Parts: sequence; C-alpha cells; structure tokens
Amino acid sequence: MNVISKPVTAGAAAPYTAFCDATISRLMPLHVVVSPSGVIVGTGPTLRKLGLGPEIEGSDIRDFFDILRPRTFNDIADLTTAMQGRIKLRLRHARHLPMTGLAVPLQGRDEVLLNLSFGFSVVDAVQTFDLTCGDFAATDLTVEMLYLIEAKSAAQTEQKRLNDRLQTAKLTAEEQAMTDDLTGLANRRSLDTALADGLMRGSEFALMQIDLDYFKAVNDTMGHAAGDMVLKTVADHLRTETRASDRVARIGGDEFMIILSRLTNHEDLMRLSNRMIKRLEEPIPFEGEVCRISGSIGISVAERSAETTSERMMREVDTALYASKYGGRGQATIYREGLEDFVESEAQRAAASGNNR
Amino acid sequence: MHGLINRSIQCFIRDNYGQSTWDTVARDAHLPALGFEAMLEYDDQVTHRMLDMVALHLDKSRPAVLEDVGTYLITHSNTRAIRRLLRFAGETFEEFLNSLDDLPDRVRLAVPDLQFPRLDTVEPGPNQVEVTLSEADPEFGFVLMGILRALADDYGALVFIDHKVDPEAGVILAINLLDAAFAEGNAFSLARTQIKEKAV
Repeated sequence: MNVISKPVTAGAAAPYTAFCDATISRLMPLHVVVSPSGVIVGTGPTLRKLGLGPEIEGSDIRDFFDILRPRTFNDIADLTTAMQGRIKLRLRHARHLPMTGLAVPLQGRDEVLLNLSFGFSVVDAVQTFDLTCGDFAATDLTVEMLYLIEAKSAAQTEQKRLNDRLQTAKLTAEEQAMTDDLTGLANRRSLDTALADGLMRGSEFALMQIDLDYFKAVNDTMGHAAGDMVLKTVADHLRTETRASDRVARIGGDEFMIILSRLTNHEDLMRLSNRMIKRLEEPIPFEGEVCRISGSIGISVAERSAETTSERMMREVDTALYASKYGGRGQATIYREGLEDFVESEAQRAAASGNNR
Repeated sequence: MHGLINRSIQCFIRDNYGQSTWDTVARDAHLPALGFEAMLEYDDQVTHRMLDMVALHLDKSRPAVLEDVGTYLITHSNTRAIRRLLRFAGETFEEFLNSLDDLPDRVRLAVPDLQFPRLDTVEPGPNQVEVTLSEADPEFGFVLMGILRALADDYGALVFIDHKVDPEAGVILAINLLDAAFAEGNAFSLARTQIKEKAV
C-alpha cells in the first residue's frame, strides 16, 4: 500500500527527517516511523503527548512499546506482512492501555510507518494523557465516539433512575394493595392469597375470625376517632398475641381474621382465643373516657386433607363465629360437624324473640 | 412532548426558584404530582399549561421564560452533561457555529426519540451566521437563543443574537460574532472529570 505519493528520487533515499512527515502528521497524528533496525525516526504530534519524553526519537521502538501481535517477527519489515500489517501493542509505561496499529512500508524507503489507535482503551487514554479534539485527525471518529459514549451513559443513568423510581413505586403500590391503611395489618386480599397459598401447600393451620362485640356502641356514642383508636389497639393486641409466621388481617369494619400456621391443637387454640378475648376486654382509654369492647371468635382447622378449600374453611369459620355470638359473645368456638344445626336453631329462636345476632 | 423537555423546565424552576415554587406551579397547572420523567412522553397540552403557569408565577413573558430555560441548560451545574455534549461540537465558538447544522444529528445520536428541529444556516457576512428554524415551533427559537448566548459565554466569545420572525421562513436567529476571544471561557476537556455527572 502506498501512502506517500512523493516521487522517488534516483539514488540513495534522503534521511527520513527530510521527508514530508508534516503531511503524515496531519493525517495520522498518532504514528511512528521506524527504521529497519527498529529505531524510531519519526513521531506524530499526538504520539509525543503520550508521556514518552524527547528521547523517543532515536530509541529502539521495543524500549517504549511491547509488541503483542504478531507474537514473533524477525525484523521490523515483517510487521508489515505478518498479519496484513495489523499489530497489537501497548505502551510500556501505560500497560493498561492496549493499542492497535497498522504497519505499512513507505514507498521507495526502508522505513516502516506505524499508524496507531487506542481502540477500546480510548476513554482511558484521553483521560490519562489529557488529549483534546485537536489531537485527533479531523476525519478520525474518536471525538464523535467519545461524544456518543458520554451521551449514552447520561441516558443510561437517567434510565436507571427511572427504573429505580418505578421499582420503588411498584413495591409501595403492592404493599398498599395488601395492607389495611388504618391498622397496618394485612387486608382481605392479602389474607385470601395467604389462605389459598397455605391450602395449596397442604400445610396445617387454623383460620380464626374475630368480630368485635359492642364496637358499634363505641362508634355511635364516642365517635369515629374513638372507633379508630379501638381498631388500632385491637390490631396491636392481635399482633402481640400472634407469632411472626401468622398472618393477621382486618377484613372488614370490625372483623379480623388470622391464619395461625402449624397450630391445630384444639386446646392450644382455645387457650390462645381466651387470652385474646381477655386482651380485647381491657379498657381502652380515649380522651379521658374508656372504651370497652369484647370479641367473639370462630375457628376452622385445616387438617391434612385434600378436600379442604378456602370456601369451606370460610363457611366453617362463619358458623363457629355465629355459635360464639349466640352462645353469649366474648367466647370462642372451634367448628365441628353438626354445628350448623345448633346455629340454625339459635337463629330461629333469636328471630322469634325479635333479637338479631 | 418529550419528557426531557418537560423535565428541563421543571428542573429550571426547581434549581433557580426553589422546590416550593415548582410545587405551586405543579399544583396550579395540574401537573403530575411526582413531576416529569425524562424518559417518558407527555401530551403537548401539559407543556403549554406548565409554561403559562410558570410565566404567570415568575411574572415574565413566555419568550423570556424559554430563553432563561436555554441559559439554564448550559450554565447550571445540574445540567453540565448537556453543556459538555454541546461543547464536543467545536473547540471554539466559531467552530461550534460552523457545525450548527449538525446539531440536530448530534442530538438525535444522544436521544434518538427527541424531535429536534432542522436548522438551516447561512453566512451573510464575515462572523455572521443566520439560523432558520423553518419547521420548528416558533417558541423553540427562544430556547435556542438562550442556549447560544450561554454557550458563547462559556466559550468566552462575545456575540449579538437577534430573534426575528419571517412570515415565510419562520424564526430566524441572526448571530453576530463580535469577538471570538472576548473573555477567558470555561475549560473543556474531552476526558470527563471524576465528578459524577448529575443527570437532569
């Protein structure tokens, strides 16, 4: 490949320095011209900014560069042919900055021209040697590439921020969708999911519903603020009386539901229920007065059985809860076969005496 | 409107006039409660509503507000990424002006979906450049004027910029470069400084 169109004069070639290296320097500011023995006889202006010192010209190229590819070569002229002139090298004093180059013979001369480039290490190189636009040829796309890298990384940073914000918003929304605002307990949706989950895994657990007794009276006589206060206190009590593995939910105005994992022993369940009711009956101070409530509890136990469904457990809990209410409130009932009949007859008796619930 | 534009106006208000001013503008103009996202697209009406409200609150005309936004994009530390990207276009302001018609391509390379209007430049005389924005929203001319004035300052050049509206050609910015080396400009290095660039 002929890169220099200078007419070749007859006889011995003039020394390289007399040659028109100004043209090469403008086209290829990052070049070196090397004599057949490996001595650097010419350098481009950008190359001279790479911290090589003035002694570079006249030195052996191998004192300043490690030539990595081609791996072996006998003399400098081989560089122009070994890999079609492609070479890989690095500065000995900046080994973290690999460079690529193209070696071509200078027409009619013995010297070899090496045009160099930083390739992927260009961002580091620009930083390390404080290179400017003027250090690259006008046709070299390095500056445009640096622009592009910077533009894309700014866009990527912004994209990442957006993703972070969306992720946070998503988690918050998910949590809000699963939480009861007033008490911070799980809500109905969350409980339904956990119940279906527990049944699907075939785990042993009990489902408990607690309806507050006399809550309507508190709300009616002392106001909604008192009512809210009571609900929050109840939530605290239920949290205290359960374990972290249990799921406590507020599923309606004064209705709470709890999934008690691995708790199916009837005696344990009754003991826990009674403790909870006792807690609920503790007077709750509010603006100089006290609110008094109680709670009725219904429980259904999920044994290891294939036919247990969410609907069935909900129905059983409901029946057990009515049994507690008809039984005089402030008590707990665990569902058993035939309990429906008792509730049915109590309901009829209540209707007959004009009493509801 | 591209979210980047709405977000720029939001940051301009926040950084120059304070969060509470932005909150008021956002409330009065019924803007998204959490502000704009630079990577999303918004209805044009939202931008216009915002600009009307900003002009009202700052007691300035819309053109004055838009020119201030342009200045903000170049001068504020929170938007230094934009200043840097523009400074890539030339080592001197003269070079920058000479490559002004490349600006839309340059912007597209950075943000492919941002519609940046075509710029047609002519040189009516020495040190004079006229930019015609034939396809642009006429108001964009004010933003560009703010950007160019601030950039000239950044390069240390003294310029005079005139904003004209030609009924046929559209908005024309007549730029007169009075002194390319009027003051010492701000430094620009190809290498990014180690300070982390804050995104707008």
